[in-house]
Amino acid sequence: MTSNKYVIGVIVSNVSGFLSRVSGMFTRRGFNIDCLTVGETESSGYSRITVSFRGDEDIKLRILRQLEKLHDVKEVEVLDPNETVIRELLLIKVKNTPSTRQDIMTAVEIFRTKIVDYSTTALICELTGETSKIDAFIELMKPYGIMEMCRTGIVAIERGENCLKTK
Amino acid sequence: MGGRLKSGAQPPPPYQKIIKDFDTMKISGAKIVAETLIEQGCDTIFGYPGGQVIDLFDELYLCQDRIRNILTAHEQGAAHAADGYARATGKVGVVIATSGPGATNLVTGIATAFLDSVPMVAITGNVPTSLIGRDSFQEVDIVGVTMPVTKHNFIVKDIRELADTLRTAFKIAKSGRPGPVLVDIPKDVQTATWDFEPKPDPVRPYPVSFASEGKLKKASDLIAHAERPYIYFGGGVISGKASEEVRKLAEKIDAPMGCSLMGLSAVPSDDPRFLGMQGMHGHYASSVAEDEADLVIALGARFSDRATGNKSRYAQNFKIIHIDIDSAELSKNISADLPIQGDIKDAVFRLTAMVQKKEHPEWSARIAELRQEEKKRLASALALADKKLSADRLTPYDIVDAISAHSEPEDIVVTDVGQHQMWVAQRYPFMKPRTLLTSGGLGTMGYGLGAAIGASTASGGRTILFTGDGSFGMNLNELATAVSQNSPIVIVIMNNGVLGMVRQWQTLFFDKHYSNTTLERKTDFVKLAEAFGAKGARVVNKDELKKAAAEAFAYNGPFVIDCAVNSDEFVLPMLPPGGSIDDIITEIK
Repeated sequence: MTSNKYVIGVIVSNVSGFLSRVSGMFTRRGFNIDCLTVGETESSGYSRITVSFRGDEDIKLRILRQLEKLHDVKEVEVLDPNETVIRELLLIKVKNTPSTRQDIMTAVEIFRTKIVDYSTTALICELTGETSKIDAFIELMKPYGIMEMCRTGIVAIERGENCLKTK
Repeated sequence: MGGRLKSGAQPPPPYQKIIKDFDTMKISGAKIVAETLIEQGCDTIFGYPGGQVIDLFDELYLCQDRIRNILTAHEQGAAHAADGYARATGKVGVVIATSGPGATNLVTGIATAFLDSVPMVAITGNVPTSLIGRDSFQEVDIVGVTMPVTKHNFIVKDIRELADTLRTAFKIAKSGRPGPVLVDIPKDVQTATWDFEPKPDPVRPYPVSFASEGKLKKASDLIAHAERPYIYFGGGVISGKASEEVRKLAEKIDAPMGCSLMGLSAVPSDDPRFLGMQGMHGHYASSVAEDEADLVIALGARFSDRATGNKSRYAQNFKIIHIDIDSAELSKNISADLPIQGDIKDAVFRLTAMVQKKEHPEWSARIAELRQEEKKRLASALALADKKLSADRLTPYDIVDAISAHSEPEDIVVTDVGQHQMWVAQRYPFMKPRTLLTSGGLGTMGYGLGAAIGASTASGGRTILFTGDGSFGMNLNELATAVSQNSPIVIVIMNNGVLGMVRQWQTLFFDKHYSNTTLERKTDFVKLAEAFGAKGARVVNKDELKKAAAEAFAYNGPFVIDCAVNSDEFVLPMLPPGGSIDDIITEIK
């Protein structure tokens, strides 16, 4: 069984309880997901959910078909990673000490990270990028002391003219 | 204000009066519910009143001439009754309950309908919107509770959306693969007023999708190359009204047929190609035939673990064509070689037209051999049981035979859950679709009596309930309802004093540790029936049973036949859980 990483875009009617329905389906059917994000779309009345998960072709099909069955779900599409822009945002609070400050700044520069808060004892970095870049930056910050962090999970949109919209 | 009829438009005659009434005024949410139910073709509701549906029941009281109200003893019974009504007719069953405990009591009934794809609309009252989320008296988030066991559910917080939400609920319930939908209506939405614009017809289901021509062509190629085709069908053939199409396909390609529990009654049991139910307690011939087939054509079935046994050892030697209306079934339990999504009646009809007429003499001879072998094994198992338990006892098959001797082909048979359910599934000669109502997916003990009341309400005719002393004990309070409705239900209790199905497993797999399965009760079911206002008889042998059956079938009301059954009767054959066809048990020494 080969395990791939999949990213699915879902357009959902923006009605009360839709997030419970979609996330509940994953729990109930025993599907593990890596992350799930949700937000507004270009048309009011619809929200867009991005789900990523690992699994084989079979799991992917089962998830797609179960999603399609939900009454609030209007469109579902597996996004081809080669044809998709995938981004995630990280906010990370790192200890700020005179001895580590310069090293952190170097890393921040190389990763094109923004410093969005700075005090003599702590600083907050904001980084946007693909998951692998975010992972690498977190790894790099570990020795300096990560005080707190949060990441948004991924959002994804296809390149070119293709759009995920309700018909 | 009020009426929305465009000037000049002629309303259809039956609605003329309603429209006139509404023309000048807004009506309450409760009345909107009642009028929408009637508009959607609902002629009967099952329910139980309470504080948060008192307004709704007030409206139902006022339109009793157009919609029948059946009051049950318990909300669970009402839900099963709505389910029984829906299974018997194919129409959407409707149940109404109050908030909190009324709503939670529906849950088992809704889940039962969900697992067996039964169209149902459950309406619950809830506390006023201003009190929601404050743990108010009798408040429960029933939408949250029932989310995993409904096809969809709604809470209506705005009266302007009430009528259309109910219409959508009916639409979802009956579209594609049917299922239950719950609509939760807070009390203030029932008392608020708004315009109501009646619709002339019930909503139509969403358009069905049809199987692709290319896929059907591939299916016909697979069939053309098959030497030993086998048709495995399920409940989808009944809800998709495809019985005739399936029989014609079987005839044209010369294939034997077997079915899941849910598929029973789709084809007449005397069809020469029909081998009976397959699976855990299925017929020997159908289970073995499926295993020896080189092509299995699965129609409206979902490859439940009870129908297939161990999945890792299933389908080692055959290819599978799987046709179902629900695309989510096509990859769920089994990955078929050829999955086809589409309306079953249309797909099987077109497939039958495409395939060449074929005969498989060798395969037919093998099937005949399997039937003989089944007879032999059955006779041997029965002889063994006679020797062990006593030859003149009343056997479960004697009971089924004595009852079916009296019944008509259109009589609806309802079962509860357990050994008696399997004996009926194996033995009863079903002749017409929708004549077996049984909780297949959820396996709900206590389903039977409520469902029988619903079925009897729908058909107006005789209904037969086979139950066990365990199952009957769960919801026998509904005897009160059966008496109040004077429902002609023959209630046959296979009374063995134990929870037989679990006991059978304990005998076989748990060293006869009969933990909590011996019912040391002293219930006198005849007195119990009489106390409820029904009739009853206790029978311990075939002669008594014959007499009691004659009396029960002549009686116009609920009649309980309490049949003495030995506690060591087994349901055979049995594929042990997690086992495959090689592990089939056909007799127990």
